[in-house]
Amino acid sequence: MSATPQELKQRIEAGIPGAQAEVSGDGHHFNAVVTAAAFEGLSRIAQHRLVYEVFGSELGDRIHALSIQTRYR
Amino acid sequence: MSDQTNPMRDAIHGAIAENPVILFMKGTPEAPACGFSARTVAILNALDKPFAAVNVLPDPQIRQELSALSGWPTIPQLFVDGELVGGCDIVSEMYESGELHELLGADGPAGQDEPVQEGTAEPAPLTIENRL
Repeated sequence: MSATPQELKQRIEAGIPGAQAEVSGDGHHFNAVVTAAAFEGLSRIAQHRLVYEVFGSELGDRIHALSIQTRYR
Repeated sequence: MSDQTNPMRDAIHGAIAENPVILFMKGTPEAPACGFSARTVAILNALDKPFAAVNVLPDPQIRQELSALSGWPTIPQLFVDGELVGGCDIVSEMYESGELHELLGADGPAGQDEPVQEGTAEPAPLTIENRL
């Protein structure tokens, strides 16, 4: 079953406390803009890892590609 | 797991240690096989800095071991001075903000006196594959 932007949005927001996500995508390639206070003080690498960790091994598989931009307030 | 002999991981580790700027990508700098890899190569070329490139496609184990070692799930992955900088998104952001230029320009004896020449050379994939 292919993933939907809505599913990714909900999972990111559930997985990262206080996060707000805007996700677009075609079922395989997605783009997520994630805003979370939890990112503050973290390196970009660490911020993106938090988002990747929500999906684990689904990345590259069920979710073919996920482009990420992170922000904090 | 980490205490077992792992030639592939050692080879990847060695390539990262030996090359001040190294990109693990799908395809080659001349013929990227994925849009994200292509964009990352284009950025590195725009900065006119030499970099080594490893094509992860010929052997799935390269990608598995790379991600296990870096803790980063996706390709491409750019390493500078042995440290993971990020994938296409982070490299793009850092390019746009000027941080990447700073990182590659300032932090390196990297680039000038290295055997890896002219961005388009790809010694690393050969190096890695030849070791295995």
